[in-house]
Amino acid sequence: MGDTKYTFKDFKSDQENRWCPGCGDTAILMSVQKAMAELDHEKEDYAIVSGIGCSSRFPYYMNTYGFHGIHGRAGVLASGVKVANPKLSVWQITGDGDALAIGGNHFIHEIRRNVNINILLFNNQIYGLTKGQYSPTSLFGQITKSSPFGTIEKPFNPGELVLGAHGKFFARSIDSKVKETTNILIQADKHVGAAVVEILQNCVIFNHGAFNDITSKETRDDNQIWLEHGKPMLFGKDKKKGLILDGFSLKVVKIGEDGISEADILVHNAHEETPYLHLALINMSLADGYPVAFGIIRQVKSPSYENLLEQQIKDVQAKSKIKNMDDLLNSGSTWVVE
Amino acid sequence: MAKKIIEVDEVVIKFAGDSGDGMQLTGTQFSNTSALIGDDVSTFPDYPAEIRAPQGTVGGVSGFQLHFGKIIENPGDFCDVLVAMNPAALKANIRWVKDGGTIIIDTDAFTDKNFKKAGCLQDKLKEIYEDFNVIQAPVTSLTKEALVETGLDSKSMARSKNMFTLGMVYCIFDRPLDHTEKFFDKKFGKKPQVADANKKALRAGFNYAVTIHAMPSFRVHHSDTIEKGRYRNMNGNTATAWGLLAAAEKANLPFFLGSYPITPATEVLIEIAKRRDLGAKSFQAEDEIGGIVTSIGASFAGHLAATSTSGPGLALKSEAIGLAVITELPLVIVNVQRGGPSTGLPTKTEQADLFQALYGRNGESPVPVIAASTPSNCFDYAFEASKIALEHMTPVLLLTDGFLANGTEPWKIPLMKDMPEIKHKVKAAEDGEYMPYKRDANLVREWAIPGTKGYEHRVGGLEKMDLTGNVSYVPENHELMTKYRENKVKNLENIFPGLQVEGDENADLLVIGWGSTYGHITTAIRELNSEGIKVAHAHFNYINPLPKNTKEVLGRYKKHLVCEINLGQFAGYLEMNHPEFDFKKFNKMQGLPFTVVELKEKFTQLIENK
Repeated sequence: MGDTKYTFKDFKSDQENRWCPGCGDTAILMSVQKAMAELDHEKEDYAIVSGIGCSSRFPYYMNTYGFHGIHGRAGVLASGVKVANPKLSVWQITGDGDALAIGGNHFIHEIRRNVNINILLFNNQIYGLTKGQYSPTSLFGQITKSSPFGTIEKPFNPGELVLGAHGKFFARSIDSKVKETTNILIQADKHVGAAVVEILQNCVIFNHGAFNDITSKETRDDNQIWLEHGKPMLFGKDKKKGLILDGFSLKVVKIGEDGISEADILVHNAHEETPYLHLALINMSLADGYPVAFGIIRQVKSPSYENLLEQQIKDVQAKSKIKNMDDLLNSGSTWVVE
Repeated sequence: MAKKIIEVDEVVIKFAGDSGDGMQLTGTQFSNTSALIGDDVSTFPDYPAEIRAPQGTVGGVSGFQLHFGKIIENPGDFCDVLVAMNPAALKANIRWVKDGGTIIIDTDAFTDKNFKKAGCLQDKLKEIYEDFNVIQAPVTSLTKEALVETGLDSKSMARSKNMFTLGMVYCIFDRPLDHTEKFFDKKFGKKPQVADANKKALRAGFNYAVTIHAMPSFRVHHSDTIEKGRYRNMNGNTATAWGLLAAAEKANLPFFLGSYPITPATEVLIEIAKRRDLGAKSFQAEDEIGGIVTSIGASFAGHLAATSTSGPGLALKSEAIGLAVITELPLVIVNVQRGGPSTGLPTKTEQADLFQALYGRNGESPVPVIAASTPSNCFDYAFEASKIALEHMTPVLLLTDGFLANGTEPWKIPLMKDMPEIKHKVKAAEDGEYMPYKRDANLVREWAIPGTKGYEHRVGGLEKMDLTGNVSYVPENHELMTKYRENKVKNLENIFPGLQVEGDENADLLVIGWGSTYGHITTAIRELNSEGIKVAHAHFNYINPLPKNTKEVLGRYKKHLVCEINLGQFAGYLEMNHPEFDFKKFNKMQGLPFTVVELKEKFTQLIENK
């Protein structure tokens, strides 16, 4: 990292931004451009792939190779690009509808395969482009255009799905937190394998303020905990609150109360292979009296699909007598007519 | 008594038994041996959709038909010899045996219990004895007897009974045993006991047939028209897979196949998966959509990419084919047709996906459609589909079907240096400015591959502005781009080879076929012509666009009969394109190919009804 061969402006395309004024997508665009400017790749080695939805217009605003796909298929489109050419840095832009509803099957399988893709999941808990229907992450009971009496569906927590699919990298951020998001994206790109970054994204038109409890000035210190590998899990205005394990559950404690000192606070280990504590962190919700976890929650090494495939090709080629089509055509049982 | 020898030009044999009886292996061995000694051969397996349907039932019967001799263009209508390993196999296939034909049965399996399972009466057998030459051999017990010294258990010994019957048939048709013996040595190199048991059973069957003098020996006239050269047996699915790989090598591009297993197309995926040695990347996706969309991604990234499927899978891929149309990326979609609609008849053949291939997408979404017509020319048409895709930046639909996919025939091995050149549209590095939707004289755009400096651009499913490729909702631009896409495909008629006529060119009746009906129609025409009946044959491999001379060729004939394994889709397509002709139709929807007999009957009828 570092030489800053590029600035974020090098990644801007000449296309007019058509997202609504104030849309969280614009801030995420900035984070991605900043992350790319800091990473080592050549500009021509980036490929940005998306599905359908507001977020999926993303490639048009980037001056890189880009592919705007069809609804739900960003994961397989990105997988095809990456498996074909592992040298590319492939970024998948997707939303809660694209990745978790119509594309849910592809989403879990690309994670299971561990294809080295940076998967940016813009979660606004609503369908924006079709003007305000509920999504798989909309809250139970949420009133939307297609649920005028409230939804009767329980939402997905994307991180839970990622862990269920044996995901090795999961992070969570907020659209407006450009600096934090940029840093997470840099780490996601450096991670070998599928890296899912859920970004809470405010839809100013159809679900405005959905994350207010988490992001507002008054509540954010108490309602956000930013995790860093190797650091104690502290939060609150003066970092006086923390998390400890109480039996199998996480518990919010205050330093200095009930004999709790900083030494009692859990230290975040993103590299821990067993997923149980990561799952507990992912599942923390305001409703249950927890802060919401942000930052890189899980980051575990595991071989990527495309690297395994390249290796398999090398291994088979080293052994096989078939080096070209003529060899193949003449292999096995043949005979000569004279 | 001197042994009678009958001389013939062709013979049809069918091996039929339970789906676990090894009938496919038996048939394959016979056809390989026949090809080796100079016969022309065509084979067709007929197997149930269930992997192990209840033993002894008609639903579980697996068959392998083969046709060999002097000039062979199809697997044959009716059998000269049927080998029936149980009553169910006999019941399912008796209608396909020629009058006076030979039936070999394993009497050990013709028990009350098995008759009951097959749902037929034992008394029926007596009637069969009168109409056919039935050879009753206690195959299972004779096999066990022959293998007593091998030390195998009884069940394992019985497993070689298919080789006993193969030995019998080898004797009747005077075939050498050494090819099959070598096959077992190779296949069971690490289990010499098993190889030995199979070889012993084979020889025992051969000797048994010598001893019982059950039927005259046949001398089958070998082919005298086979070109010199090196040959191998080829089936349609392997030929398809290899044709794709050959195109990638010729174009000097890496190859990617995204696919999802589906009968009867799965072998295409399997054959590609074996070819890591050629650097081929096969990707078994989580579903049909994943299969094609990964391929579109790989195509964007600069690979020759393909996806393989059958009818229901093609339906699932429709939206993604449209994406390849609008992004104008090269892609080959192989559709191995099967009986439909819905799950239909997974293991049976049909040509009923033609309309789906031509029209089964939203919007104006033109795709070149070509069809293979023999098992081995699946290689040529898979190669051709790739060449069109790469040279014209378009998805191409290749139609084959279950009949071609599983059928085999001897195939003269081509040399890669003789295959046509493929000039893909990859834009070389540092070659000036790149405009994604700038077109050449054939309306073909250039292909800039991610990783190439300075050509960064975006493609996608939204309508694109001419030249720049930016998203555009301009009304006139959409009309322009729609016409560009249509004309790009239409222009292929200038490149496609012209329609040829076979048979008697002076006929009034032109028989029209497309795809896999070629072999049966050709034989029917040849036989009628040799009987002095005038009839001609035009066969289509290029469907969209139609060959440029189609109208001129059709105009030479008074009557037109379109034969196809569907309700008349190609006839309808021809009517739409050439309303000036009156197309008669001959259709069959039984999951089976035409028989030569029914074709000849239909042609004669039409010629006579002036």
